[in-house]
Amino acid sequence: MPEFVDILNAIVLFSNFVLVPAISYGAQLALGALGITLVYGILRFSNFAHGDMMAFGTMSVILITWGFQSMGISFGPLPTALLALPFGILCAIGLSLMFDKTVYKFYRVKKSAPVIFVIVSTGVMFMTNAIVRFIIGPSDQRFMDGTKFIFRPREFKEFTGLSEGLALKSTQALTLTVAIIAVAALFYFLQKTRTGKAMRAFSDNEDLALLSGINPDRVVFITWIIVAALATTAGTLYGLDKSFKPFTYFMLLLPMFAAAIVGGIGSPIGAVVGGFVIAFSEVIVTYAYKKFFIYLMPESLEPSGLMQFLSTDYKFAVSFIILVMVLLIRPTGIFKGQSI
Amino acid sequence: MSYLVADQLRGGYGGADILNGCSLSVDKGEVAVIVGPNGAGKSTAMKALLGMLDLREGSVTLGGKDITHMSPQDRVGEGIAFVPQTHNVFGGMTVEENLEMGAFLRTDDFTETMEQIYDLFPILKQKRLQNAGELSGGQRQQVAVGRAMMTQPSVLMLDEPTAGVSPIVMDELFDRILEVKQQGIAVLMVEQNAAQALNIADKGYVLVTGTNKHTGSGDELLADPVVRRTFLGG
Amino acid sequence: MNALFSQKNRAPLAFSVMALLLIAVGMGQSWPFALAIINLCLISAIMSLGVNIQWGYAGLLNLGVMGFTALGGVAAVLISEAPVLEAWSVGGQGMVVSFILVVITIVLAILVHRNMASGWARKSALSVLFVGAYFTINHFYEPSVLAIENVNPATMGFLGGLGLPIIFSWIVGGVMAAGVAWVIGKITLGLRSDYLAIATLGISEIIIAVLKNEDWIARGVKNVSGLDRRPVPYELDLQTSPWFMDMIESMFSGRLALLSDVERVAALKQLIIQGSSVFVKLCYTGLFTVVLIAILMLSIKALNSPWGRMMRAIRDNEEAANAMGKNVVRQHLQVFVLGSAVVGIAGAMLVTIDGMFIPTAYQPLRFTFLIWLMVVIGGSGNNLGAVFGGFFIWFMWIEAEPLSMAFMDLVTMGMDQASDLRNHLVKSAPQLRLFIMGLTLLLTMRFMPKGIIPEETRLHSV
Repeated sequence: MPEFVDILNAIVLFSNFVLVPAISYGAQLALGALGITLVYGILRFSNFAHGDMMAFGTMSVILITWGFQSMGISFGPLPTALLALPFGILCAIGLSLMFDKTVYKFYRVKKSAPVIFVIVSTGVMFMTNAIVRFIIGPSDQRFMDGTKFIFRPREFKEFTGLSEGLALKSTQALTLTVAIIAVAALFYFLQKTRTGKAMRAFSDNEDLALLSGINPDRVVFITWIIVAALATTAGTLYGLDKSFKPFTYFMLLLPMFAAAIVGGIGSPIGAVVGGFVIAFSEVIVTYAYKKFFIYLMPESLEPSGLMQFLSTDYKFAVSFIILVMVLLIRPTGIFKGQSI
Repeated sequence: MSYLVADQLRGGYGGADILNGCSLSVDKGEVAVIVGPNGAGKSTAMKALLGMLDLREGSVTLGGKDITHMSPQDRVGEGIAFVPQTHNVFGGMTVEENLEMGAFLRTDDFTETMEQIYDLFPILKQKRLQNAGELSGGQRQQVAVGRAMMTQPSVLMLDEPTAGVSPIVMDELFDRILEVKQQGIAVLMVEQNAAQALNIADKGYVLVTGTNKHTGSGDELLADPVVRRTFLGG
Repeated sequence: MNALFSQKNRAPLAFSVMALLLIAVGMGQSWPFALAIINLCLISAIMSLGVNIQWGYAGLLNLGVMGFTALGGVAAVLISEAPVLEAWSVGGQGMVVSFILVVITIVLAILVHRNMASGWARKSALSVLFVGAYFTINHFYEPSVLAIENVNPATMGFLGGLGLPIIFSWIVGGVMAAGVAWVIGKITLGLRSDYLAIATLGISEIIIAVLKNEDWIARGVKNVSGLDRRPVPYELDLQTSPWFMDMIESMFSGRLALLSDVERVAALKQLIIQGSSVFVKLCYTGLFTVVLIAILMLSIKALNSPWGRMMRAIRDNEEAANAMGKNVVRQHLQVFVLGSAVVGIAGAMLVTIDGMFIPTAYQPLRFTFLIWLMVVIGGSGNNLGAVFGGFFIWFMWIEAEPLSMAFMDLVTMGMDQASDLRNHLVKSAPQLRLFIMGLTLLLTMRFMPKGIIPEETRLHSV
């Protein structure tokens, strides 16, 4: 039997490398997947430009953050980017509404097939991607300031006397806090307000919504506002936690879609759950458990290999294996999708 | 002149005309029923009244006001409510939310209307926090009618409200519709169950290939041997 | 004037403009450069034909083009590289055992799936099977991989290939892509159209991830370069072959005669070097043109056959076709496999001309979405349109960069040379080409939804 301290050490190790990172990544994915699911539920297409819209919003936040920093404005221990977030959201809303008016509206009026929307959304994806790369460049940007850690591994070790350390980055705590607030606000809006209910009604049964006098243009307008806000928030949190790079954001499209579909596309609660399912699977499957088992197993049974299911490079692949499995076993996702 | 009048309607969905000079009218506190064989243009006539059809000729007036060229949404605002045959509730929303959505255009306090509807359909009050999609067929129809009533309409149009429900439920629904009529609302419905519907109708229209074949009060039509033989099956 | 742009004249007109553009590049920039563009145009046209078979004929939205291109590329490595015998001897046995175990697992899984009623029992049985198989296979697989990758890792570290002429890979690449497409199609066809798009996009990422990480296949991110046994002569060999030197000398005899002896030797040497590069490129152009024409002829023939008519009927009204007893999913599987095979062929050709295989070079924007642009803009459903799209979009992709640079230079002309804004604008100019591509797609979809050379409208019956 392993000693009690060893069990504690194993738990701390697992928390440090699996639980905490997966929770913050899951929250970021959930916010992104919410945007995808809302567009799908209301506008009824898979928006391939969502990742790049996230990049655009985040880029705006970064530029405004730099502006604030040069003016000497800061947010104390919190990152300045939080102050810039509302302005970044406004930029993303502007871009979304512009693309809706110039591109999507035409096909909506014509009642085009979903496939056509997918193709034009890739056109929007190209253009947004180009705008972002043109303005801020294709390389990595870090814009995190303020306090880096809530507690560091060393502090944790000194405090608890364990040999394993646990770090809690302030961006991780921030991600979770902001995500909880955003999701709570969204659910309150959808469940309790007149406009939110109208959005759900429109998503549920468009014809009947029209018969009830719900104005479709207004529903679409509000949807883009919410989607742009969610995308910018998700992108900013991801960028603060890791770093901002246009290509990475384009690639985030894949796990976000996976999260939305796994949860049940069109279902907001599904998107949140899906985000965490994907994040946890990615981290759990690609973590090397060698040290974890060394704590728990008697010396004779200690593992020889890394005890890793898949190499870290397969992170994106994991989300897709889950996606394909869900599509095969339960195409509607965990929560029956198709409407919000 | 009646409250809602459709005069000499001609038109279709872009191809050949489906309506060939059909005329209908219904007054407040009256139930008018449209019956007829399949493909006679019954539902199409109703869509024309709702403004969901391109009319080539004819006019629609509501309380003397010409609404021929008004959009469906504006007609809802003018007091026409419609219950489609299928997909007529918000399945993922609760009964109460369905009713609220019915009152979407209203800016005044609609709790009283909601109470009236709960009085009319007591089962809905009991199930008001349940999703409409989980209810039985007959209960769903009640939600659908209730949703339409929330606008406090002057005209209620129903497209085959009893399709696919059991005879007992059908009788109950017709009883409710008579209660709606007593509130001074003009009720216009298309019905497949012609005999039962004509029983409660003040006015009946037998439509064949888009034109009025027979018109009369419900009792008159039921008594007419030609109508009985051709359309009511004996 | 309108008659000039009539449906009938669109294709000849479009191709003439394309030819003029390429000639302009040859005259204005250089002929080797123009030929390099043409060769890639030819490959792009083949890929575009493959995607057109899927999208244009059957309406399948396959966003996994990149994956099939890479599979074709791997085929080139596996065919042309010499086998690494040492790697086979240290790890071959383990790999073969692992492979057999994988096959056994799949067979067992299918048996379980067929013979057990669906429910918890079957799910648990399958889970136990997969978990058990994972650990058993890993027991053989992991040490073998380690052994293989440790064989001279700087230059080898993989199993090598068959050591055959690389041109065979064009066929094998097609077959490999077809095989994988069959598996993917079995899983994903029958899903809603946009789910298919997402699933294929993801699967292509998985293919690339495998190629990047499984070094034993094709050295992963360490790349395979210097692929030889190519179907055309080498520049260096040409430069020393008497017949080639004589040919260049006689071709340019007029110009050479005007020079002095010393100058003539130097000039001839220069001409031979340039000539060899042009000659090699021309050889590729010839080969690629043959492949393109062959595939184009087959595609046109297939499109106009009863099979093609049925495909289009299914595309235009899936429900009606279903009601008439056509097995839509099976027909879709056929087109999916065929189209992917064509993409695989093009992928092998691409690696052949590059002479190297670089997994990290496979990016969805370049290898999936760009090909899509070709089909949509060229004219989906029309094979000539797809070919034109391949040429036109590749040309734009290459030339958009210098053009955007020139444009930025023009815009920033009035600015201070040292200004940060000017530097930023000039530096970012290459990014504009993505913008141009997106804009072209949106404008085409809006104002020319059938593409530049639209599908011929004709009456068809199932």
